Amino acid sequence: MPQSKGILSRVYTALILLFLYAPLLVMVLFSFNSGHSTAVFEGFTLHWYQELARNLDAQKVLKNTMLLAFAAAVVSVVLGTLAATGIDRVRRKWAKGLLLSVTNLPLMNPEIVTGVSMMLLFVFAQQLLNRFFGLEVRTLLGFGSLLAAHITFCLPYVILSVLPKLRQTDPHLAEAAQDLGCSPVLAFFKVVLPSISTGVFSAFLMAFTISLDDFVVSNFTSGSEFQTLPLYIYAMTKRKVRPDMYSLSSLVFFAIFALLILSNVLQARAEKRAAKQK
Amino acid sequence: MRKKNSPWLNAPYVLWSALFILAPLALVAVFAFTDQAGRFSLASFEYIAQNQQLYLKTFGDSLAYALEATVICLLLAFPLAYFMANARQRTQRLLMMLIMVPMWMNFVICTYSWRSILEDHGILNTALAWLHGLVSKEAFRPPALLDTPGAVVLGMVYNYLPFMILPIYTVMSKLEPSLTEAAQDLGANRWRVLEQVVVPLSIPGVVSGVTMVFVPSVSTFYISQKLGGGSSLIGDLIELQFLGSAYNFSLGAALSLILMAIVLVCMLVMKQFSDGEESAFVV
Repeated sequence: MPQSKGILSRVYTALILLFLYAPLLVMVLFSFNSGHSTAVFEGFTLHWYQELARNLDAQKVLKNTMLLAFAAAVVSVVLGTLAATGIDRVRRKWAKGLLLSVTNLPLMNPEIVTGVSMMLLFVFAQQLLNRFFGLEVRTLLGFGSLLAAHITFCLPYVILSVLPKLRQTDPHLAEAAQDLGCSPVLAFFKVVLPSISTGVFSAFLMAFTISLDDFVVSNFTSGSEFQTLPLYIYAMTKRKVRPDMYSLSSLVFFAIFALLILSNVLQARAEKRAAKQK
Repeated sequence: MRKKNSPWLNAPYVLWSALFILAPLALVAVFAFTDQAGRFSLASFEYIAQNQQLYLKTFGDSLAYALEATVICLLLAFPLAYFMANARQRTQRLLMMLIMVPMWMNFVICTYSWRSILEDHGILNTALAWLHGLVSKEAFRPPALLDTPGAVVLGMVYNYLPFMILPIYTVMSKLEPSLTEAAQDLGANRWRVLEQVVVPLSIPGVVSGVTMVFVPSVSTFYISQKLGGGSSLIGDLIELQFLGSAYNFSLGAALSLILMAIVLVCMLVMKQFSDGEESAFVV
């Protein structure tokens, strides 16, 4: 293909990037604003970052969010890898197709419907418990329901990222390991898992970031006890956002940016090395 | 030798998806068709039919805004994906990274940030006033940007544009260079190559991009609240039934069912479209 180095394409790309970064730049700018306003810049200050360091609520919410994302990522990766291994071995076409369609459901469904349906499940279960078992459960919505919901919407991403790797592995390898005396489970850990590890790792990262950032499904499944960062900010935007939320988001922005640059540099270096070896 | 099929491997996942994917969706249907006491009832659908002016307007607005946002995303994303796919390897990787960063930022705070840009005396109007001052001596009257339908569409385009760029770019970057070279050898100029080779072959990317922008746009509830000045879309009405003051699970479930039906119909249309294109290419 011809290399398009036209000035037009560069200007266009720059404009789109400006559009995508405009609100992020606004956020960073107003995190340094000495006034209370999130519209008029009055002067430079680090006040809101100090305020953030003193904001115990925000810190607790941040810890909650990380804990939830980590737990959801770990469980969904374990369950999803197991499921992918299972689906990969299903021989009947219709059964495989059915399993894959169910896996795709949460991806196709509008997020709000997923959230609402999960909320109904927990409300319904609570009513059942109270009516038939004479319990007095006030609500089932909390960390548990959030975790279940997050695992559920992370699972398809895990399965769809591990499954292609499994298809590429040679089934003979695991068979050979078993012939040499490994149990099926040991053969999985010694032979199959190492060959799908890149898929499993990227699945973990994906699940972690999706959970970290989820707002819509969490909004319906969180209850009032356990809050995550997106919900905390949402509750705040109903009134007035304090600029220390801008500081927090700016810190997240810088962290993501640094991580991506790092991975980019590492990848470029690895490619260079690979090219040299050739 | 085939991999051994062991049913117990699938058991945990089958159980999980039955409990947390299928049962909740079944419950949506159950709640939609029952009343408070749990008896079969069509009251929610009757209510929607009685207030059809409100609901038709809401559904119409949601569809119209989502369609506008999808078309704008497609128009913006296609050239960008094309430029990206033709850039140097290093530039491609850098651009991919730059496009993914905003996707990972919290969607609530990004949408809220747009308020500062669009406000009456916000950043955009300040810039416009300055430009206006350069060419004219009349007083500048700031146009209302925030709390308009345009602002809602802008919020949708902003939040979901990367989901249009990435699939189209992925398909385009995998195109065989020999295909375009062959077209050029046969005398096609750049536009003809684009029209006859690149566009038809990137249809699968376009289809998945369109779905990934349309579905969240048509069901959004936050963007319309923050940028539309309390204008209601389907998502807002549904949220109102579950978490807001209305608190009517049955009506909320009925609205969710209708939303799912709309999305399903749109997806079927899209699928038809992409299958047709693909087979057209094979023939």
